[in-house]
Amino acid sequence: MLTTRALTLIGKRAISTSVCLRGGHGVAKVEDYTLPSYFDRREIPLPDIAYVQSLTPEQKSLKEKEKGSWVALSNDEKVALYRISFKESFAEMNQGSAEWKTVVGGIMFFIGFTGLLVLWQRHYVYGPVPHTFDQEWKEKELQRMLDMRMNPVEGLSSKWDYENKQWKK
Amino acid sequence: MSLPKPVMRGLLAKRLRFHLPIAFSLAIVAAVAFKFGVTEPRKKAYADFYKNYDSVKEFNAMREAGIFESVRPSVK
Repeated sequence: MLTTRALTLIGKRAISTSVCLRGGHGVAKVEDYTLPSYFDRREIPLPDIAYVQSLTPEQKSLKEKEKGSWVALSNDEKVALYRISFKESFAEMNQGSAEWKTVVGGIMFFIGFTGLLVLWQRHYVYGPVPHTFDQEWKEKELQRMLDMRMNPVEGLSSKWDYENKQWKK
Repeated sequence: MSLPKPVMRGLLAKRLRFHLPIAFSLAIVAAVAFKFGVTEPRKKAYADFYKNYDSVKEFNAMREAGIFESVRPSVK
């Protein structure tokens, strides 16, 4: 608790792990990733900590001035205070990039490469198709489908002219 | 630096006021288009098919083609 008391207004790096002494082994090392970190996110406007943790003397004096009336601050000072607390403004963090072109190009490239792999596989891995795919067999299949009047209203047989034995024009 | 205060309230209402009429009209257009593009032609196709449909004639034609197992083609 003593360490948390020692926090100043500016450098608020909250030390969440409490000092715990176990069997004289001392305090567990505080890992960086366990502490609150700074982030710029549109959905979460206020990050856990300020961007600048260790302030220069000018920034310290500016923070003291901030304790007074804000009307006394100039525009540059207001921007400087903003930049102490935040890394990027909303406009800066929301701006798009040209990354999508790389992504789309990568997608098309890898789909094309996959096509080559599929072609190779069709040629070298798969055996021949069944005999039911022969041209003659398929013709007999189609004739049988027409004979049994398959889909006569809107489908296959509706396109066949039974009088003239040909496809309808 | 004195920017105007941005709009803080009523954002969802504003979005809905804009998008809901569009959504509803698009949905209605889709339904009407499907009705007159798909269902009405389909109903007409079935009606036309069965208007002059002679089932016995069709059966005999199928029988001669030899697709049935219960009735063989007629002996001619």
